[in-house]
Amino acid sequence: MPRLDGPVPFRGGGFAPQSRAWAAAATLLGLIALWQAAASAGAIPTLFLPPPAAIARALWHLTVSGELWKHLSASLSRLAVGWVLGTVFGILTGIAVGLSSALRSPAMAVVSALFPIPKIALVPLFIIWFGIGEGSKLATLGFGVFFPTVIATAGGVDNVSRGLIRMGQSFGLSTWEITRKIVLPGALPAILSGFRVTSSIAIVLLVAAEMIGADRGIGAFVLSAGNLYDTDNLLAGIVLLSALGLTVAWLIGLAERALLRWR
Amino acid sequence: MTAGLRLVLDKVGHAYDDMTVLDDISLTAEPGRVTVLVGPSGCGKSTLLGIMGGMLAPTTGTVCCQGEVAPDCLNPLTYVFQDFALLPWRSVAGNVALVLEGRLSRAERADRVREVLALTGLTAFADAWPRQLSGGMRQRVGIARALAVRPACLLMDEPLSALDAQTRALLLDDFAALIERSGTTTVYVTHNLAEAVRLGHRIVVLSRRPGRIREIVSIDRPLSDRRAGDADLAAMEAALWDMIRDDAAAAERDGPVSGHVSA
Ligand SMILES: Nc1ncnc2c1ncn2[C@@H]1O[C@H](COP(=O)(O)OP(=O)(O)O)[C@@H](O)[C@H]1O
Ligand SMILES: [Mg+2]
Repeated sequence: MPRLDGPVPFRGGGFAPQSRAWAAAATLLGLIALWQAAASAGAIPTLFLPPPAAIARALWHLTVSGELWKHLSASLSRLAVGWVLGTVFGILTGIAVGLSSALRSPAMAVVSALFPIPKIALVPLFIIWFGIGEGSKLATLGFGVFFPTVIATAGGVDNVSRGLIRMGQSFGLSTWEITRKIVLPGALPAILSGFRVTSSIAIVLLVAAEMIGADRGIGAFVLSAGNLYDTDNLLAGIVLLSALGLTVAWLIGLAERALLRWR
Repeated sequence: MTAGLRLVLDKVGHAYDDMTVLDDISLTAEPGRVTVLVGPSGCGKSTLLGIMGGMLAPTTGTVCCQGEVAPDCLNPLTYVFQDFALLPWRSVAGNVALVLEGRLSRAERADRVREVLALTGLTAFADAWPRQLSGGMRQRVGIARALAVRPACLLMDEPLSALDAQTRALLLDDFAALIERSGTTTVYVTHNLAEAVRLGHRIVVLSRRPGRIREIVSIDRPLSDRRAGDADLAAMEAALWDMIRDDAAAAERDGPVSGHVSA
């Protein structure tokens, strides 16, 4: 007969990865240092890929000359206005779709048909409709953000417990109170994770729209630097975009932590 | 103390699609008394309670209120839910305040919240999130919320069945005291016969699906001098069990019943 002796071996643990902020920062800094070292050693031709020091120098010149703020402020205001427009209308539509049988199928049919169109393809059309100025850029961003927001919000509303809604009704809460105090907070986690998607869509569309018809904005700046083979400035613009994306993701993380404390 | 509210059901029947779940229920919940509905699972108890509180329209028959409602009553027919139905994004105090908002001034609301939390032993937990509470504590919040609107009639759908036996015994005594003290008309659904004899002035025994009234028994002793395990209560419990055991076994054989209607 087989025997089993000795201490019971430990088999649990693992499958619980932890986030380490210092490791994230150290990885990025390490990669930059490695890149700089390789460039200084002559392993990377500076014409193809300028070293971090040259990019930093370009960024510095842009900052002191005021160019940086000119382009950044144009991009940021487009991003903010376009994203807010698309998000507000998207959340309102998403809630309507989630709550109303009359709107659900018609609105979802339209959303499903328009959502898959790459909005970049529509930029020329938006320029015809809304003019070459800010209108076409805001429309591109707004439309790009609107559809995924509708889908995320409607999904979130569908997942709100019907029991909680019945509870609200049983205490005589009005439809408006139920929507604002039960449906909207219940859908908030889904809406906030939609923000992660829509913010990166918005940055992509922002750059695309600025490349098609703008003289200010990071997209326009990157395009003109590229046309001149000015790789230092080109990369400086790209670094700005990366920093923009990181900042937006960080802000969304803050919002999630503040608004979803109850979880 | 006013005369209180009487709830009169006249030949109520209900069918989901073509499955009849309730048939010819004529029943009166007397003012200030506790009417307990017992019956095997799936016999339509939750459906009947939903109909009594206006959350479901009966297929046939009528439900009428008769009587006076205290002037400070904010929601005459008030539910306590089996799954508690607390908003996870509101604190304990916030969940109670939900049903008072827009009806009481800020100061009155704070007083009312404080009062019902004290009554249910939750004062120390006013700022806790629901997820931080045990099941028993959550149901205390459910009962505090119900008492906060000064109901004329309490409708309780198996409020203890999601709890463990010890918590149930403790909470049962508290319920008895709170119901006795508030003097509201109460309809209490349970499949637990010990709860039925502890709380009920009248116990309505329903047959298995389609639910019909099999028997109505009365217990006239005041709730405050009933103790779990009293001989007469134990005898009553045994008699009730004899009445429904065959039905319960048959209902069991009928196979799984799908989810509850969320009243
Ligand atoms: N919304 C619904 N649609 C269809 N059938 C339902 C619905 N709610 C309950 N039922 C069915 O009706 C019967 C009675 O349900 P219910 O009133 O919840 O019984 P009980 O509370 O006594 O267990 C069950 O067979 C259940 O499956
Ligand atoms: Mg039930």
